[in-house]
Amino acid sequence: MQLTDLTLLELAAKLASGEVTSVEATQACLARISQVDGKVKAFLRLDEHGALAAAEASDARRKSGNPHGPLDGVPVAVKDIFLTEGVETTCASHILKGFVPPYDATTVRLLKEAGMPILGKLNQDEFAMGSSNESSAYGPCHNPWDVTRTPGGSSGGSAAALAAREVFGTLGTDTGGSIRQPAALTNTVGLKPTYGRVSRYGVISYASSLDAPGPMARTVGDVAALLKVLARHDPLDSTSAPADVPDYLADLEQGVAGLKLGVPREYFVEGMDPEVEAAVRSALKEYERLGATLVDVSLPHTKYALATYYLLAPAEASSNLARYDGVRYGHRTREAKGLKDMYGMTRDEGFGPEVKRRIMLGTYALSAGYYDAYYLKAQKVRTLIREDFTKAFTQVDALVTPTSPVPAFKLGEKVNDPLSMYLMDVCTLPCNLAGLPGLSLPCGFTKAGLPIGLQLMGRPFDEAKLLRIGRAFEREHEFTRRLAPI
Amino acid sequence: MKLTVEQVRHVATLARLSLTSEEEERYATQLSAILDAVAQLQELDVSGVEPTSHATLASSLLREDVTRPSLPPEKSLANAPAKVGTSFSVPKILE
Repeated sequence: MQLTDLTLLELAAKLASGEVTSVEATQACLARISQVDGKVKAFLRLDEHGALAAAEASDARRKSGNPHGPLDGVPVAVKDIFLTEGVETTCASHILKGFVPPYDATTVRLLKEAGMPILGKLNQDEFAMGSSNESSAYGPCHNPWDVTRTPGGSSGGSAAALAAREVFGTLGTDTGGSIRQPAALTNTVGLKPTYGRVSRYGVISYASSLDAPGPMARTVGDVAALLKVLARHDPLDSTSAPADVPDYLADLEQGVAGLKLGVPREYFVEGMDPEVEAAVRSALKEYERLGATLVDVSLPHTKYALATYYLLAPAEASSNLARYDGVRYGHRTREAKGLKDMYGMTRDEGFGPEVKRRIMLGTYALSAGYYDAYYLKAQKVRTLIREDFTKAFTQVDALVTPTSPVPAFKLGEKVNDPLSMYLMDVCTLPCNLAGLPGLSLPCGFTKAGLPIGLQLMGRPFDEAKLLRIGRAFEREHEFTRRLAPI
Repeated sequence: MKLTVEQVRHVATLARLSLTSEEEERYATQLSAILDAVAQLQELDVSGVEPTSHATLASSLLREDVTRPSLPPEKSLANAPAKVGTSFSVPKILE
């Protein structure tokens, strides 16, 4: 077994016992990246010098008996949407090429304060708009389980780097499923925390009322350990919640006996891959065997979630992305004669097709004469979707559904058909509209060897229970132990 | 709902995007298909339903009106495509 095959918590234990140093772990990751990332393309850029310096500092702390915490010295990497002081951050867009942030995102600061070396910036869809990582301005990321297929998106690089064992933990963001869907497609674990649980400060905005940064790793326990580092109130983010933060590892092994798990019938959608449905149904039986009670529930407004999302998210994006005008940072056209020309040409040159499509859609939905019919209507339907969940959670502790209706699809297969691509988020985005926590964990493989993911959704700020339910299933299976053939 | 190229051009102006004519044609087709798909919301009666702008926020987004340290000018300007002294520089607006 190679050092990089260890899980995050296994490495943390070896660092604590002195069996391995952080410099050794960081060098092992860099060697693995050099070995496989040419095929995977998970990293947009490495910060080798910064990571090794952080690892040396971590080893010095360990030696003097003063580690910053249990994860001190564990190498991680972050999606290119997180601001990293002194390290170029592009959000996988040409419009931010060369942008070097003057400060860290709060989440990045917390990782550094926990002593974790940050290896670099991970590939993603441009401005997190996409479900296949193909809208990255720097080229697609590839799925380590089959490099002709997508790792999902938008946090495709965060998932692929884990599946390829290039790093022990990553950060992603989830606006409509961008942590959970790639986790499902790569046999990794991803948590979209409750809106407000993890700070958005220094995370490049896509749709501000939906964006949720969160941890990704190879096991449920690893994700719980990372959430422990990240979850806290941040006065720098006015939407950060001043809620109590439990110890996410404390109740992890408590099992599911006595819990009620809801099975929403609307999530077993037409067109779902039969192997995905079979794996999820089998997981449900497993939960029954472990002592949970399954409850049939209905979320009747689910079928409106996709339309609601694809009005609200582009509307917020069209507003957020107005800041990229070539004045303060990023790309500026060389062609323009006057200011107005400069705005239009800078943005046309800097943004890719998917970003322009969503800006156009959002601008249209917010424009005079259409605001009430599109944007305001979608906000009201969002209320109905939230109410469905509130009602369901009076009966059950959590909801269990598929994460993605299909396993990883071929790169290029859906790229020219936006509506077909948008359907990839059909199971995940209601959770964002309602602001709830959602966890995706491995629950099987197709006959062709492609990973399948199980989604758990919970009450606001009830991440601890989701992790406990996820862990109960994970403990019974070898899925997270299976290594991608790369 | 069918969007015309003229409508696409108008929206592009509002969005400050200088699209090529090929892009205008493509977005007219793609946005029309997306608007057709989202039209299903019109079948729902939402009279009396309050809109949700944030799912979990119960309090005001406004913070206390107190001064805080901000980035020094050299850091704020470090990524500027063009600058003059401590100001961002842009092409002139008036002749």
